[in-house]
Amino acid sequence: MKKTVAMLLALMMSAALCLAGCGGGGGERVVNVCGWGENIDPDLIEQFEEETGITVNYQTAESNETMYALIKQGGADYDVIVPSDYMIGQMIEEGMLAELDYDNIPNFSLIDDQYKNLSYDPENKYTVPYTWGTLGIIYNSSLVEEEIDSWGVLFSGKYGGQIGMIGNPRDAIGAALLYLGYSVNTTDEAEIREACQLLSSAKSQNMYQGFFMDQLYDKMEAGETTICTYYAGDFLTMYSNNPDLRYVVPKEGSNWFVDAMCVLKDAEHKEEAEAWINFICKTESCLANMDYIWYASPNREALERYPSYYEEQNGEPMDPALYEVMAAPPEVLARCEAYENLPPETLALYTDLWIELGIE
Amino acid sequence: MKNRRALFAVPYVGWLALFVVAPIVMVVLYAFSSAAGGFTLENFSRMGAYAVVFARSFKLALAATLICLLIGYPVAYMISRESQRFQRVAMMLIMLPMWMNFLLRTYSWMSILENTGLLNRLFSAIGLFRLINALTGANLEYFPMINTQGAVVLGMVYNYLPFMILPIYSVIEKMDASLLEAARDLGAGSARVFRKVILPLSLPGVLSGVTMVFVPSVSTFAISKLLGGSNELLLGDLIETQFVGTAYNPHLGSAIALVMMVVVVVCMAVMNRFGEGEEQAVML
Repeated sequence: MKKTVAMLLALMMSAALCLAGCGGGGGERVVNVCGWGENIDPDLIEQFEEETGITVNYQTAESNETMYALIKQGGADYDVIVPSDYMIGQMIEEGMLAELDYDNIPNFSLIDDQYKNLSYDPENKYTVPYTWGTLGIIYNSSLVEEEIDSWGVLFSGKYGGQIGMIGNPRDAIGAALLYLGYSVNTTDEAEIREACQLLSSAKSQNMYQGFFMDQLYDKMEAGETTICTYYAGDFLTMYSNNPDLRYVVPKEGSNWFVDAMCVLKDAEHKEEAEAWINFICKTESCLANMDYIWYASPNREALERYPSYYEEQNGEPMDPALYEVMAAPPEVLARCEAYENLPPETLALYTDLWIELGIE
Repeated sequence: MKNRRALFAVPYVGWLALFVVAPIVMVVLYAFSSAAGGFTLENFSRMGAYAVVFARSFKLALAATLICLLIGYPVAYMISRESQRFQRVAMMLIMLPMWMNFLLRTYSWMSILENTGLLNRLFSAIGLFRLINALTGANLEYFPMINTQGAVVLGMVYNYLPFMILPIYSVIEKMDASLLEAARDLGAGSARVFRKVILPLSLPGVLSGVTMVFVPSVSTFAISKLLGGSNELLLGDLIETQFVGTAYNPHLGSAIALVMMVVVVVCMAVMNRFGEGEEQAVML
């Protein structure tokens, strides 16, 4: 009897393993894509499926780090992932990404050269840029009299209890580093500690309501939070619900980021993955996507044509100020810096200091 | 014959092995190893720095459990004394909020408790702040409720209260009415019947209610994020940070999770022992 139970157990386990392992198998062509939530126009997925007959399995991850953890734990079978620059650097370094066959992605030529061969992928063998943007300060102009232009507003006492700090160590500590005049990519422990000290003293003076991510949409739109740090594309979403909001890239400079499409090394559907990437790079796809997610596209033609596309779609001209937020002009980008992949010791220091900030 | 009946347990045992035992084994393996592989105790040596977080999490979870017990017991008792019809409706009402997703419910509390939220707007509309300001000379525009420890405890109580009421209710409801009649026949007043008969007999329900509220409360991270504003790290946040923070460190994360599990299991064991003793003492 015992033997039967053991046998059954073994059977069950192997059945479960098989279910997990061979899910989605069969003759059908599939591509598994993982991006951020609300980061793609769902019509594009439908359109791609109709055109190619390939089924798109679109999944979302909350952050670069979550995506990385999911892949590392082996719980994900993504083909295409869309992480940000610094995470791509780390993934390339750890050999997690596959080299792309750019012959299958002819639309790569539509991407502006400015977004190719960036520091995370210097020879551009692994990535195709998807969106780009800046990190900045968002404030409610009906509650703030002045025009904010410095990170200092997050650390000086003036707006105590009205600030929503960003709940992501790289961006929060980055803002403090920039205010102090350091690079966001510094590996100097003293500089990073000084930046954290700035955050922790502002926190102990009750400057911050809290450390938020997605909650900021509701809080900024409702006027609950007056000032916060967040991303340009998301500002435009908030702005469409509350036109009192303003966005600024502080004078000390900021982070500019690129999210790019990559294929995982052990992707099962590489061919389909490249077809998907090629489809997304099309100017029409980029235009539709920009109109949906409000993040700037690296496709040169799409970016240039967007204001007229907006007018066609919405029946009114696009506010040039908003277009500047979406596609930061060169003089703004000149004072911005991309995140680079930091060495493991520095990343561990970030985590430790971030936890200390939460323990206080 | 007995062995054959064991077959019925196979699906659950399989489930348990795959989704409970195997993950715990993995947590233990991770906790005692380093990124380079090989045995190490280093992950545990850092636990001292997190003592504050442990203490804070246990304090808040304990407060939530106590409040749930204080609210839940009388409600469960009251419901069990009512008619069948009433009981059915009451049970449904208690379960009703659980038909909606936990995160959505917690998110809604955010909009209720905010400085410009529903409650504060209500208070201001009925002139509460004007009254207080006139009486005390204060300059109050809102009650600060969101992003405090109180809000976190409220979130725990709101979300886990049904887990306290249900087990207590089901124990009291099944209590043999003849025992209560016997106690009364022997001259005990209502208070005494409650203290000497109902309370001791309902202890198993209380114990499972306490466990079911305390355990999820002590390990939550969503509630502290949404209602506490991540201002004060709880155990759940601490573990989450090790997995999805800047540095991916499943080893330290597993070690913290393991210590938390051990502490919780020890607490529960002590409590159960105490509960058993109580029951026996009453029997004597």
